Amino acid sequence: MLQYSIKRILMAIPVVIFISFIVFYIIQLPPGDYVSSYSAQMTATGEVMTQADMDQMRANLGLDRPVYEQYAMWAKKIVLHGDFGFSFNYNKPVLDVVKQYMGLTLVVSLVTMVFQYAVAIPIGIYTAVKQYSAGDYIFSGISFLGMATPNFLLAIILMFLSYTWFGDPLLGLFSNEFVNASWSIDKMIDLAKHMVIPVIVIGLASTADLIRVMRGQMLDELNKPNVVTARAKGLSEIRILFKYPTRAALNPIVSTFGWSLSSIFTGATITAIVLNLPIQGPVMYNALLGQDMFLAGSWLLFMALLTVLGTLISDILLAWLDPKIRTEFRGN
Amino acid sequence: MTTQAIRAEQPLLSVQDLKIRIQMDNGEMRAVDGVDFEIKKGKTLGLVGESGCGKSLTSRAIISINPKECETSGTIIYRSEEEQTREELNLLSLDPNSKKIRSIRGRKIAMIFQEPMTAFSPMYTIGNQIMEAILIHRTKNKKEAKKIALEMLGKVGISDQEKRFDQYPHEFSGGMRQRAMISMALSCNPELLIADEPTTALDVTIQAQVLELMRSLQAEFGMAILLVTHDLGIIAQMCDEVAVMYLGKIVEQAPVKELFYNPKHPYTKGLLKSMPRLGGDKSKRLDSIEGSVPMPINMPPMCGFYERCSDRIEGVCNARSVPKTHISDDHMVRCFLYSDSREGDSI
Amino acid sequence: MSTLPLFRRQKTTAAAKPLASADTNYSSQWRLMYLRFKKHKLARISLIILGLLYAVALFAQFIAPYDLQSYDSKYVNAPPMALRFVDADGKFHIKPFVYELKSTRDPETMRKMFVANKEKRYSLQMFVKGERYKFLGLIPTSTHMFGVEQPGRLFLLGTDGMGRDLFSRIVLGSQISLSIPLVGVGISFVIGLIIGGISGYFGGWIDSLIQRIIEIIRSFPTLPLWMALSAAIPPRIPVVTMYLYIVIIFSLIGWTDLARVVRGKFISLKNEDYVVAAKIAGVGNTKIIVKHLVPGFLSYLVVATTLAIPGMILGETAMSFLGLGIRSPATSWGVLLQEAQMIENVALYPWKLFPLGIVILTVLTYNFLGDGLRDAADPYKK
Repeated sequence: MLQYSIKRILMAIPVVIFISFIVFYIIQLPPGDYVSSYSAQMTATGEVMTQADMDQMRANLGLDRPVYEQYAMWAKKIVLHGDFGFSFNYNKPVLDVVKQYMGLTLVVSLVTMVFQYAVAIPIGIYTAVKQYSAGDYIFSGISFLGMATPNFLLAIILMFLSYTWFGDPLLGLFSNEFVNASWSIDKMIDLAKHMVIPVIVIGLASTADLIRVMRGQMLDELNKPNVVTARAKGLSEIRILFKYPTRAALNPIVSTFGWSLSSIFTGATITAIVLNLPIQGPVMYNALLGQDMFLAGSWLLFMALLTVLGTLISDILLAWLDPKIRTEFRGN
Repeated sequence: MTTQAIRAEQPLLSVQDLKIRIQMDNGEMRAVDGVDFEIKKGKTLGLVGESGCGKSLTSRAIISINPKECETSGTIIYRSEEEQTREELNLLSLDPNSKKIRSIRGRKIAMIFQEPMTAFSPMYTIGNQIMEAILIHRTKNKKEAKKIALEMLGKVGISDQEKRFDQYPHEFSGGMRQRAMISMALSCNPELLIADEPTTALDVTIQAQVLELMRSLQAEFGMAILLVTHDLGIIAQMCDEVAVMYLGKIVEQAPVKELFYNPKHPYTKGLLKSMPRLGGDKSKRLDSIEGSVPMPINMPPMCGFYERCSDRIEGVCNARSVPKTHISDDHMVRCFLYSDSREGDSI
Repeated sequence: MSTLPLFRRQKTTAAAKPLASADTNYSSQWRLMYLRFKKHKLARISLIILGLLYAVALFAQFIAPYDLQSYDSKYVNAPPMALRFVDADGKFHIKPFVYELKSTRDPETMRKMFVANKEKRYSLQMFVKGERYKFLGLIPTSTHMFGVEQPGRLFLLGTDGMGRDLFSRIVLGSQISLSIPLVGVGISFVIGLIIGGISGYFGGWIDSLIQRIIEIIRSFPTLPLWMALSAAIPPRIPVVTMYLYIVIIFSLIGWTDLARVVRGKFISLKNEDYVVAAKIAGVGNTKIIVKHLVPGFLSYLVVATTLAIPGMILGETAMSFLGLGIRSPATSWGVLLQEAQMIENVALYPWKLFPLGIVILTVLTYNFLGDGLRDAADPYKK
């Protein structure tokens, strides 16, 4: 098992390196470079940079060197100094911006994740066991709609409903009086209240998908001979259900973990923009609009890395849960 | 006669007029259509037929483990020999989820299946799955259950039981898995073992070993066996009595020797002819039965074998359902060729 | 020979596998797919709806009463007009008509509002003259399918914040919103088929390399990557170029899914007896691929392709909604939804959610269609 995990982790390393290539390439994509944007900013504040100044600055920053050298410098700074470059919009190092928003981003993502699995697995089991019942049709209908509705627009609808029912669109993650307050019970409650809409909105599409995966798996498993064997042994239906089909159906669900992490980030990006959440989405959006490419690139890098990590975790979990893989490494 | 003697003559299990219907998009399928048979204590009954003839559904109906879609009617009387209860029980009258039927499944009537790979869950160790039945029916003590399970694994010829106990199904070979399956079925010392194509998925040599094992365990434990198979060779080796099923009906039933030496129904004859024989003429092609089994959906009352039969009587065989004819006390055939009356069966 | 008619056997097979699966081998795969697809009612209805949507997109300029640019500042945020048959006096008219809209102010909130002027009726006319356009992009004409006489206005679904007819804009926007996923999926299809085929057929290090690359591309969260790439599209470029850029960005990730399907099928089919037999018989690689492998999984590929479309529609809508996709002067449903970004807009002018309804309808129908095709593609399953 340990051997497998190590092998799997080592396999992820080249992936990470390639991801950094792509991210660096994207950072370089927009017309103009750091210096030209910088000079544009200077011009806006009334100072003028000459061509010589700009060339000097390019030389200082190494921007006149070939692309691969620039990549090497960029990667070296990240690995050795944790330096991801400088953000214009925020006028501070990228890492500081990332740190500032990472906490709440993770909180929202994790809560969404828990919500997804906690809702999808029981419903998936229920709809499979009661196939073609009214409940099955209702949940299937909801999950179809959930997959077809762009989540950012669902956000608008829910905000509108909350505005008409509670007189508060619940924008953001905190009410005004708590934004700068230190942590307290009240602030936590306020946060929890504000998380309801984002969590539903971000999680709905994946939850809908998970329900369908779980239902499909359960239907497959419920028809397997091992269920009949268990029945022939004299086990009660409820014990059979949880011991055999559910346990087996959970395996593929676990493998969606990494993918689900990625879809949460994706969903969170736009939803956060619409709902004005102080998490990574709007930051990334503004960075992209303002061509603040070091910030945008770093976000992309972080998210890709988190996805790789998620896939890694689900692979290892999957192997750990699957006796076939587990026993392969036993004793060797 | 003493009551004891009467009891001895009464069969362990009597199936009467068993019908299983399944509603389909385009009509009602009579998957099993009026089946009667008896299984005597300690004896082996073979149920033989092509795939799709309803033999598996019949065997599973005994312990009510067919899917919900199967509408089952008829009576299945089970006469328990053990304990003080000595009751006659109509198994079909029990709710399939009731405690009563669950206490019979696995305990009094156990079952082994065709595919030992899929019949075990790949998620749990063999030991775990064998112990399950023991823990439900025999003891609540895990240590004791494990002891019984290990003993049973030994009985079916699995060596190194301690190690095997903690292995997963995929670590077993096909033959080993079927042995483990048998040990699981016999772990609660049942009175009837239903074996649904127990050797179909196995190599011929392994097949012989498993059949031999089943026979020796039958001698040791004294249980009756209902052997469901499509293989007449296995029937010849294992059974005391044979019922030939075709399209949801038993078309011929007789003691094994009688059936092999004196087959009556054209279908039975066809089956026997299609068996390879030692010393037979190798240059001759084996006979086969023409055509394929039709779907028993919206079937008019007629002989299901009509279209494939070489001896069919037009206007008789395709006009009525076929009644039973008793050639002798223990030889029954459902064919107009042997019927005194050309009147239809009253169904 | 069994004399049961073929069709009856087919229908039976769908529900009764254990008894009749052997019989299904008789008719061709496509015929089986068609028969099974016909049974899937939702998928059939979806196919009809999609056909209608695409027909509307094809003749959009003809169907839309107004063109993209036309606006009327008198009718900003006007509500949808009802088509009526019975007028205020209770008189029935065979031709449907609309009342003229008069703008007034709400006496309490002082907000601008519209009321119907029951005095002035405009009947709906077929084939009215309007703005000039090229029919199917070829024939210049100014005839529109329907409309009302000038100076009357017809706003079936209301107007937006600039006084533009929402119905016309939805119809015209469908050209982009409905074609981007098709073109994107088409490109993905070709790339996926080629790369997946190479990966699956040749195996070995080529396969490992391609699989690693796919893994890397897939480890990017889709939307942020799309956003990052779209942000790099230079502003102020011709609509066609912008369209192409966006399609390419969408297919950049989309092909990986298809390539996986193709590879998986290739690998499983490669070892099928009939392919091995062809190989032993000395049939060349290309011929094996084209004659034996591709037909074997084409149905699965069609299914995977159909199921990939909804994601692209949602993606395009999201990107345009954020201002990172299609930009004016071109319009797509996502662009139309930008106005719904402000919660006040939705609260006061709920008809601005009409484009959302169309998006959901399209995605749902594609999902159902994909489901139906998936069931149909697997005639041996269930």
